[in-house]
Amino acid sequence: MFDKYILVDGSLRNAADGFSFDVMLGYYRGLGLSMIEDLVVSVDGQAVPRDAIWFDEGKGPITLSDMEQAYDRRWPFGSKATIIVKHPQPLAAGDHQLSLKEVLRISYLPFPLVAEDSKTLTLAPTVAA
Amino acid sequence: MTSKIKRGVSLYSFQEEMFLGQMTVDDCVAFAASIGAQGIEILPEQNMPTFPNISDHDIAAWHDMMARHGTELTCYDMFLDTKARKDRLMTDDEQVASIRRDLLLCNKLGIRNMRVLVFVRPDILERCVPYAEELDVHMGVEVHAPWHMDHAWILRTVEVADRLGTRHLGLLPDMGIFMKHYPPVFCDRFIRQGARPEVVQFILDQHEQKIMAEYVIYEVAVKMRGNKAEVAMVETLRHHPYANPRRIRDYIPYFRHIQAKFYEMDADCTDPTHAYEEVINELVAGGWDGYLSSEYEGNRWVQDVQPVDSREQVRRQHIMFDRLIAKAEARDAA
Repeated sequence: MFDKYILVDGSLRNAADGFSFDVMLGYYRGLGLSMIEDLVVSVDGQAVPRDAIWFDEGKGPITLSDMEQAYDRRWPFGSKATIIVKHPQPLAAGDHQLSLKEVLRISYLPFPLVAEDSKTLTLAPTVAA
Repeated sequence: MTSKIKRGVSLYSFQEEMFLGQMTVDDCVAFAASIGAQGIEILPEQNMPTFPNISDHDIAAWHDMMARHGTELTCYDMFLDTKARKDRLMTDDEQVASIRRDLLLCNKLGIRNMRVLVFVRPDILERCVPYAEELDVHMGVEVHAPWHMDHAWILRTVEVADRLGTRHLGLLPDMGIFMKHYPPVFCDRFIRQGARPEVVQFILDQHEQKIMAEYVIYEVAVKMRGNKAEVAMVETLRHHPYANPRRIRDYIPYFRHIQAKFYEMDADCTDPTHAYEEVINELVAGGWDGYLSSEYEGNRWVQDVQPVDSREQVRRQHIMFDRLIAKAEARDAA
């Protein structure tokens, strides 16, 4: 229902030991983090291993396996969160093809709800200090 | 006879604009008030960022917002996260506790109707009836397509309500059950996704003839070797049977609020899809006095090609409500 808005334009940046980007929850209400079954990321056609992904809705980075028991944290409707990917080398400045699949465990549905987006995000060149 | 049907809006209707940060909750309420829609239905898990931790200060702010706009809160759309844990389902006690939490919040917000998701078990609701009675909140199980008023699952809730003799458990119809014609916005979207116009027309014709979904699905998916968009389109038939509007009148004692689902209003303020005229005739004739609460769900069908204008869509639906209510009143008086 909101798939095309999931990846936030202009949010790709390099981090200490990888990169990060901002995302929206593709659902019409907020959801407890324990119900986010999976966040499947790929960058430039390469799948990112699940244990290299951290998520932060504002309360601090958490791994996907710890998220399964995060019963007291929620991702509110219409708010950005950050996905941090631990990556061996920084991404080069320029365009990168990002894709994200959110697999959501919605109690009233008989199957998981999948929301997904794929976009080219541009990493701005680093300005030398 | 002047009917007592009232006009309201669910904040669900403005999900596109709220998601994108183009409208705040206050903007939505102000807009509703501007078109004379005085009843506001809320989804706390959408409209309250700190849910489920709602402070007295938050509650006061909601009351203040309603007073400022001359509106009232009509309905609380609950959710029940039975699958909150990966390793097991919620226990029955946990389900009752979650529903009780929602009933308490309703009471604090001054809301007397709670929309209960259709999948919630009748025996769980039975255990919640004493709380609903004490807090004076009607728990209405959402009658959402492909369920309908006479569906065996829905009748189980009716049986519990009858057996207990309670006025605090019943139903809450979603007008999507009265989808008489296939929505043009669905067709257009499936065509953009690659459905061939002749296959789309075949599905439309079959739907108009009210052919059972499974027959049409077999024709399109197997015999016509339908592509992905065509199969997706024909499978929507499974979820949208057309229920008989005349049946709603018999259930009037069981519901106090209606979710007025729609996907698109035409420029002349008619709904090309749902049988609102037939339904409103029954509601007026039956003397029903609750809120018709707009539930616009067309955003997801048009957002790929055009900006979504939920306000204009809701405005048109309310013009239709006024027209159809007046027409039904005249018919009833004659």
